[in-house]
Amino acid sequence: MGFFVNGVEETGLPCTVAELVKRKGLTPEALVVELNQQIIKQQQWPVIELRTGDRLELLSFVGGG
Amino acid sequence: MKDDVLKLGTVTFTNRLFTGTGKFAANSLIPKMLAASNSQMITVALRRIDTTAQSENILDSIPKNVTLLPNTSGARTAEQAVRIARIAREAGCGDFIKIEVITDMKYLMPDNWETLKATEILAKEGFIVLPYILPDLPLAKRLESAGAVAVMPLGAPIGTNRGLETRPLLELLIENCTIPVVVDAGIGRPSQAAAAMEMGADAVLVNTAIATARDPIAMGRAFDQAVRAGRTAYLAELAEESNLARASSPLTGFLD
Repeated sequence: MGFFVNGVEETGLPCTVAELVKRKGLTPEALVVELNQQIIKQQQWPVIELRTGDRLELLSFVGGG
Repeated sequence: MKDDVLKLGTVTFTNRLFTGTGKFAANSLIPKMLAASNSQMITVALRRIDTTAQSENILDSIPKNVTLLPNTSGARTAEQAVRIARIAREAGCGDFIKIEVITDMKYLMPDNWETLKATEILAKEGFIVLPYILPDLPLAKRLESAGAVAVMPLGAPIGTNRGLETRPLLELLIENCTIPVVVDAGIGRPSQAAAAMEMGADAVLVNTAIATARDPIAMGRAFDQAVRAGRTAYLAELAEESNLARASSPLTGFLD
């Protein structure tokens, strides 16, 4: 079992949050990252290793009324 | 009218048109609409990203002098609304939160009960809470007691542009609430925004009617003018209605 990104299981190699964001080609500035219901600031991304069973949410602000 | 301001939490607004960022054809229209409408508060939403596509950050399209009002859209329970609010604040959106809890996907009616629960929790955590509600006076009084800074009753279902269908109920809220009443949802025309302000609403929130107009920038300007006109009329106090005609010229015969 791997960790979950936006509810979908990731089976790739273990990595940090920063590595995952890079691997997916995402723009860091547009992202809000929540790990197991805790917000992770961008400075912490390189030091946080994703572990089995972790639930990562990659969110962003979008248009809404 | 220089001192006619609206205070919500820590912020003083000199403009009573709140806007939204949904449904614009391009994010680049948003700062232009804000400049044209003079709106000082705008809503944003928070969503899971599509990890296969590049996402733009909507916050880049909002000038720093405009107050952000993140909403909790997508929440179906008070707990989910609370979680979204905390994320929005942590992510640097400030203390304002529009609580929007919707379980009815057909009419997008707000769930007043879950909304009250979320308001109680978030007001205690120091959020500046604006709950989106069905216009219900007892609920509005409970929200007041729970620490909401304003209530945001709907005029008509979200995105319908049908105007002030709930008018008699809105009037009860305006008459009896001690916190500001912001008419949100359903306002489709500037004349409807003006009507809400003439009734004594403290502000209106308009998104779809501006964003989906052929020219959203000009429509933003039109709504600004309408909201100002309606507010000025309210402060000037409307003249009485009458069923019988009352001559506005002297009725004495001219030639006799």
